[in-house]
Amino acid sequence: MFEIVVITVIKVSVVMMAILTGCAYSTWLERKVLARMQNRVGPTYAGPFGLLQPVADGLKIIFKEDLVPKNAEKVMFALAPIVTFVPAILTFAVIPFGADRILFGHHVKMVISDLNIGVLWIFAVTSLGIYGIILAGWSSGSKYSLMGGLRASAQMISYEVSYGLSIIGVIILANTLSLTEIISKQSSDSIWFFENWYIWKQPLGFFLYLTCAIAETNRAPFDMAEAESELVAGYHTEYSSMRFSMFFIAEYANMLAVSSVGAVLFFGGWNGPVLPSILWFLIKVFLFMFFYIWLRATFPRFRYDQLMSFGWKVLFPLALLNTMVTAGFKMIK
Amino acid sequence: MTLDLVIFIISALTAIFGALMMIFQRNPVASVMYMILSLVSQAVLYMQLGALFIGAVLIIVYAGAILVLFLFVIMMLNLRQTEDMDSDSTPISKLAKFLVSGLLFLEMLFVVRGSYFQSSVETGLLSPQIDDFGSVESVAELLFTTYLYPFELTSILLLTAIVGAVVIARKPSNEDPVEILPFDSDDDEFKSAKAAE
Amino acid sequence: MFEVFFPILFLFVLAVVIALIMSGLSVFIGKRTKLGKKDEPYECGVEPVGNTKEPVPVKFYMVAILFILFDIEVIFLFPWAVISDRLGMFGFIEMVVFVVILLVGYFYILKRGALEWD
Repeated sequence: MFEIVVITVIKVSVVMMAILTGCAYSTWLERKVLARMQNRVGPTYAGPFGLLQPVADGLKIIFKEDLVPKNAEKVMFALAPIVTFVPAILTFAVIPFGADRILFGHHVKMVISDLNIGVLWIFAVTSLGIYGIILAGWSSGSKYSLMGGLRASAQMISYEVSYGLSIIGVIILANTLSLTEIISKQSSDSIWFFENWYIWKQPLGFFLYLTCAIAETNRAPFDMAEAESELVAGYHTEYSSMRFSMFFIAEYANMLAVSSVGAVLFFGGWNGPVLPSILWFLIKVFLFMFFYIWLRATFPRFRYDQLMSFGWKVLFPLALLNTMVTAGFKMIK
Repeated sequence: MTLDLVIFIISALTAIFGALMMIFQRNPVASVMYMILSLVSQAVLYMQLGALFIGAVLIIVYAGAILVLFLFVIMMLNLRQTEDMDSDSTPISKLAKFLVSGLLFLEMLFVVRGSYFQSSVETGLLSPQIDDFGSVESVAELLFTTYLYPFELTSILLLTAIVGAVVIARKPSNEDPVEILPFDSDDDEFKSAKAAE
Repeated sequence: MFEVFFPILFLFVLAVVIALIMSGLSVFIGKRTKLGKKDEPYECGVEPVGNTKEPVPVKFYMVAILFILFDIEVIFLFPWAVISDRLGMFGFIEMVVFVVILLVGYFYILKRGALEWD
């Protein structure tokens, strides 16, 4: 028991550190990649290749004034960033990031918690993430915040249904809700190490997952919540300093989370030859993150009514069709 | 005192605290937040009994979906601060409130006394799991074989709810401060607007 | 079960503590200057017009109701997907009936135009 406690404390602290560092460097990556795609150089002054930019940003933000608008509802206003941040972090509790290892004579599982309802856990935690956004929009006492919060929450719930449905195809194939088992069912010993990845059997499911995940995390081209040309900055218009940056940390943590879940469900998680398993996992997550940024550089923003009808009239029927066809094929076999 | 007991006491007290604060709050949005707090702690209690699936569903459906609807309704009616709800209630309705809540309390007492879980089986998040109890597989097994008809009837219930929601949302009324937009092209207002164009 | 839930518990506590520290940092460290106009809600530099007391359109409520209904459907699909192999053809037909009944509702919504945004 004591052994478990010690291992847990170390493991959770390391993962937490990794998430926060990952979030910080995702901002750097985004700025650098976007700059390259637009023929600019991006951050260069702070450290080599601008690598110290996230640190500089963080320090600067901490020393900024924390503004609370006069007609804000103070308690809710303070609560909103925390309510956004905590669910974003909790998603990582069930994501396996490497194969089991023996470290210092102890058998260590490379996952925080091997919960046997892992997929449901992710779904549950994602559904709680919406409250921070509604609260922020509601409590700020500003029109832009309210509109941004409302739009964001309506968008998130519209895409959450299809998000859940797109995962069900994988569950039908794997017959389990545990992420560790889903990964082990995708492993393969042959030279074609990727032959059992679910992306081959669930191409439509993957497309749906990706689209809904981008909408769930409020990213371009679905970044209706913070459409700066219409709503200033959406639900976090009135926030400043560290509270403002907490929304951003939560957004990047959410992006990392859906990227990891996508890698686990459709790309075999940490499975891969030669390289260590953790590295494989990080490579897959990195590719997802790169894709996110690439999308932002490529696509213009959807119009709000297009976005809602796309979610309900295209993605939802497609996701349902994908589920039933997958089940039907499995019955025939 | 085991860690399990500590978790139980904390989450049970939080659930009760959340429920009480939900009632006593004047601000409806704060009420909803307290209700979420209460529901999440109840989900922890379910999980302590080994019912992982039910706990997850409680969070997904209640905390994650139904309370979003509550929030939207509160925003739709724009209830920043509730007025004194009690001012226009007659003595009879006051009495009825006390009677009904008293009855509910008694009922709850009986249920707790005649509780099914009086065995000495050790339950808790941190104790070993009992067989397959409460797992997704066992719930699914029951739901799709023994309770097949209730399951299929649920879909009829949901269908009714869908129809009801659509009908209520498009019914225009004059006292209602909420702006209701014409859904249908056969709406008179819409037609006349079109004709004017 | 200890090794399953203790880490989640610890992660939760750690996340809350970090969130509290982060949102507290600027409150204590950041400097403060008091200016009357600074506390006004942001409106591109002009005097704020109107307020946030406007009621929200009924469409959002509609979306929330539809979300609940279809969310419940998804919740039923999860356990079914886990044991779909064991249930076999019978379970498949069972779910097809369930989904078809809900699809009737879905097409009704489409027909009445409840998903139209202006």
